[in-house]
Amino acid sequence: MPETLNTTQPQVQRTQKPSRHIPQWVFVFPGIYFGWVLTKGEAISWYRIEEMFYFQGFHMYGIFMTAIPTGALGIWLIRKWRVKALNGEPIDIPKKQFHKGYILGGFIFGLGWALTGACPGPLYAQIGAGFTIVIITLLSAIFGTWVYSRWKDKLPH
Amino acid sequence: MSHLLQQPLPWYVAGPLIGLTVPLLLLMGNKRLGISSSLRHICAACAPAEIPFLKYDWKKQVWNLYFVLGILIGGFLAGYVFANPHPVAVSSQTSAMLQHWHIQQGVGLLPEQWFNWHQLLSWQGLMFTVVGGFLVGFGTRYAGGCTSGHGIFGLSSLQWPSLVATASFFLGGIVSAHFILPLLFK
Repeated sequence: MPETLNTTQPQVQRTQKPSRHIPQWVFVFPGIYFGWVLTKGEAISWYRIEEMFYFQGFHMYGIFMTAIPTGALGIWLIRKWRVKALNGEPIDIPKKQFHKGYILGGFIFGLGWALTGACPGPLYAQIGAGFTIVIITLLSAIFGTWVYSRWKDKLPH
Repeated sequence: MSHLLQQPLPWYVAGPLIGLTVPLLLLMGNKRLGISSSLRHICAACAPAEIPFLKYDWKKQVWNLYFVLGILIGGFLAGYVFANPHPVAVSSQTSAMLQHWHIQQGVGLLPEQWFNWHQLLSWQGLMFTVVGGFLVGFGTRYAGGCTSGHGIFGLSSLQWPSLVATASFFLGGIVSAHFILPLLFK
């Protein structure tokens, strides 16, 4: 019997990949990267956003049209090679469950986007870039999220 | 070196670099790109107020708050320390439109004449910050995501609901830019 124990134990150890623990604060680094490219790409610029909504320039459309295929290629390769995340987790992409809010809420967000010149990501970057008044915009956005959360059940979904 | 770092990136460089964030986050820790969730986590952390939608273990999602802190630092480095010394090179049509709106385009990514603390109490200032911000926060949560979560991540993972959401973002933006924004500069 000890022989079977000896042969099975190492096998069990081999199949269990050691999962590395990645502390959550490490994600500040991809954040810095993302903030840098958003800012240098002028995607956080109020001027670029208005230019986009008035169809007066290609810049923002060019960003979307190259960012999406890049992300799609990355996901395709991850799926093809069944790559695992650094922390050992298998990579999963949950399906988005459609509801009416995607249209209604999306439209409401769009109204705000053209005013602030920023979607949520750029709000943080604009504050970092020295526009401290955007702290008010961010606080108001947090409040908007809270109001949605509070009256979520009363809204069509 | 610092001169090089001050340069803005053309769309064909910035776009792919932005898109790379999607596989980067997946590979680092099976995380899905999304920024508007951070607003929800802040609500859950600071004012859950017995609201079911805000009663969850936000501490498990703290990576997202570190991520947005990083965005702020990235914005500080790219937009302040190594800021582009020249105005944003918008198209001539946009320049003409800005003139028509009496906006003096200086250096910087936003019109400073409107985005400053003195304007906060003007009705236009309120529209740019308080009203605009509220619509962004309310709308993105209602839509279940923003330009990153739907527009970049959702579309990259070929999910049709994200395409509907992104189309709605644009429709709202076009309506707002053409029918609301001009009223602010009358």
